[in-house]
Amino acid sequence: MTELIFFTNQVIISGLVLGCIYALGAIGITLIFGILRFAHFAHSELMTGGAFIAFLLASLFAAWGIVTPIPTGFVVLPIAMVLAAILALGIDKGFYAPLRKRGAKPVTLLIASIGVTLMIQGLIRLFFGAGSYSFFETEPKEVFRFDMTAIGSTRPLVITEPQVLMILVTFVSVLALHFFLTRSRLGKAMRAMADNADLAQVSGINTTLVVRVTWIIAGALGCMAGTMLALDVTLKPDLAFNIILPIFAAAIVGGLGQAYGAIAGGLLIGFAETLAVFNWTMLLRPLNAILPDWMQLPPTLALVPTEYKLTVAFVILVVTLLVRPTGIFKGASS
Amino acid sequence: MIQRSLTLFGGLFVLILLMGGVMGAPFTSSRLVEAAAYALIALGLNIQWGYGGLFNFGIMGFLMVGGAAVTFISYPVNPVFWGSEGPAMLGRALLAFAGGALIVLAARKADRIGIAGKWKAALTVLAWFIAYVLYRSQLDPAAAYIESAAGGGWVGGLGGHPILGWVFGGVLAAGIAYVVGKICLGLRTDYLAIATIGISEIIRALIKNMDWLTRGTLTVSPIPWPTPLPQQLQAGGMSIADSLLTARAIYLLLAIVVLGVVLWLISRAYAGPWGRMMRAIRDNHIAATSMGKNVTARQLEIFVFGSVLMGIGGAMLVSFVQIFDPSSYQPINHTFLIWVMVIVGGAGNNWGALFGAVLLWLIWVVSEPLSKAVFDFVSTWSTQFGWGAIPEIEARSAQMRVFVLGLVITIALRFAPKGLIPEVVKRES
Repeated sequence: MTELIFFTNQVIISGLVLGCIYALGAIGITLIFGILRFAHFAHSELMTGGAFIAFLLASLFAAWGIVTPIPTGFVVLPIAMVLAAILALGIDKGFYAPLRKRGAKPVTLLIASIGVTLMIQGLIRLFFGAGSYSFFETEPKEVFRFDMTAIGSTRPLVITEPQVLMILVTFVSVLALHFFLTRSRLGKAMRAMADNADLAQVSGINTTLVVRVTWIIAGALGCMAGTMLALDVTLKPDLAFNIILPIFAAAIVGGLGQAYGAIAGGLLIGFAETLAVFNWTMLLRPLNAILPDWMQLPPTLALVPTEYKLTVAFVILVVTLLVRPTGIFKGASS
Repeated sequence: MIQRSLTLFGGLFVLILLMGGVMGAPFTSSRLVEAAAYALIALGLNIQWGYGGLFNFGIMGFLMVGGAAVTFISYPVNPVFWGSEGPAMLGRALLAFAGGALIVLAARKADRIGIAGKWKAALTVLAWFIAYVLYRSQLDPAAAYIESAAGGGWVGGLGGHPILGWVFGGVLAAGIAYVVGKICLGLRTDYLAIATIGISEIIRALIKNMDWLTRGTLTVSPIPWPTPLPQQLQAGGMSIADSLLTARAIYLLLAIVVLGVVLWLISRAYAGPWGRMMRAIRDNHIAATSMGKNVTARQLEIFVFGSVLMGIGGAMLVSFVQIFDPSSYQPINHTFLIWVMVIVGGAGNNWGALFGAVLLWLIWVVSEPLSKAVFDFVSTWSTQFGWGAIPEIEARSAQMRVFVLGLVITIALRFAPKGLIPEVVKRES
């Protein structure tokens, strides 16, 4: 059983955590693509910016001496999400709305989003330097170890407190988003506009409002994803810039414009990355006892070496674009 | 239009003179050589984006390929590797690769023997897996052996002339562009952008981690110059300061000759029927198809041509700085910067791309010392007021150039969306 617990620790938990982060980021990208029809590269900076907002708030809380039972990062998350949503609205108003008004092509908006990426990245580095920060400097990062000797494992099941909360929060927000999109009037309007923007406009849907709500959701969820990533690893200026492509991969694999597809794609990419670098010998070692000598397993038996972990997402992306460009959930076609 | 271009180029010339006066001639001469290489790369992107409307965001990958190619051709031969088991093992890995390719090709033809539909798809996936395992089983021991002391550490170079390396960089980039284009060019703009970024990241991961071939993060240096090095000129009795400038001037001359030939060729192509066809495809590919143009083939053609220039430019840069360091390649410095150059300069206009490349490269390199000066000034000012100095000025000003780049592109998109020297659209009436 030790092997199975090891597998759970290495693949199921870390894949789920990574998948949740990818999914939250990909929802924003996919919604923006659905409504505004352009690939929003600056989403990575919404994530990093959101994480830094949460970090500043958490530092403020620590300075005021407020002690919370759960990690401060999660307590300040709602406030940070509101601020990040305002930031997203401001970016839209300052950079994308004038271009849209001029009737610029989606390509121009894409390039503008790269400009925004560079500016925010430059500003974050200007104020915070290039070093890394941790949410857990003033408080301990609690690690739960479940004793698994009952089912015959010598290793415990390990999961950290932020990871448990992260999975819970993601689940709740995805559920909330689902109800918003299917039950509320505004959510239905959003889906209608993603389907056919012109038709939505002539049938009396307030498209300006829909665009605004899209930015609010994207900013808030992006902030959530960034903060969670920073809570799981460390906070640094290129936090999300490095994973924006796996997130795009998740959105495309799920089908651009499809919110549920983004969640499926995020989990798929997360698990694919952890499974690809997983050392299968750790799981299959008991087989060595029954296998003949010439078939003994080598000490490392991973599909790809660890340094190629991020490459897995790109390979999946390229294969998806080739084989099924609409993604799993039939998004906008290429 | 011509007057505007002349004014802008005149302004650029004054800016270069000013920079030479303030920052010193050695600094400026180095930056000018780099600017010439970047101009070549920008012309490559201008062909792809300005002529053909192709959204290539994988420039970094082609620059890396060019750099690796010139390193491989021009670096001195590694005798330990060639005397060891290494070449034979690599040969076996190559055979395994060919065998794997055959298996995959065979699986794709499975419908000939009656296996079709889902079974064929499953068979193809299985064939890919077998091919991958076969290749890895031969390559991994070869790589481990070559990276050990007995194998010589890495493959080394071929000791050829650097110009040959530039040519090889172009050829290799063309080969890769052909494969990438075959895969991606059917995709719409945004998808093409993301796919090419993905592929350039794959190329970066490969070059960075294939230590046996490129030495990876250990970096390779010194890579020889195609023109005499300052040290060689000094051996001929020249003073150090003079030799630096003369050597760079000769290199710059070579770069400008290459640039001039390329500019002449692609301007001729733009004005000719070929260029007209490309613009027709860019502006309305459906109409072009209905006129009987093979859009996919033409786009592949233009993608390969542009990538050749990027490969050569990347090779020129690596030759000049004499070091190939795969971890120094970043999407911001090597993909987005080029895009800003072309868009600010004027997509579709070669002189615009050239102007944008030189201007942006100068802005990129001076924004660090400039912001340091500004920070220093503000810092002394705030110290006088008793607010304390700005901490870590060096590190902060190094980050400012990213911000400046973002600022330039957003301003350009807002106020000069067609660029400073826009494309001239001729209308026959």
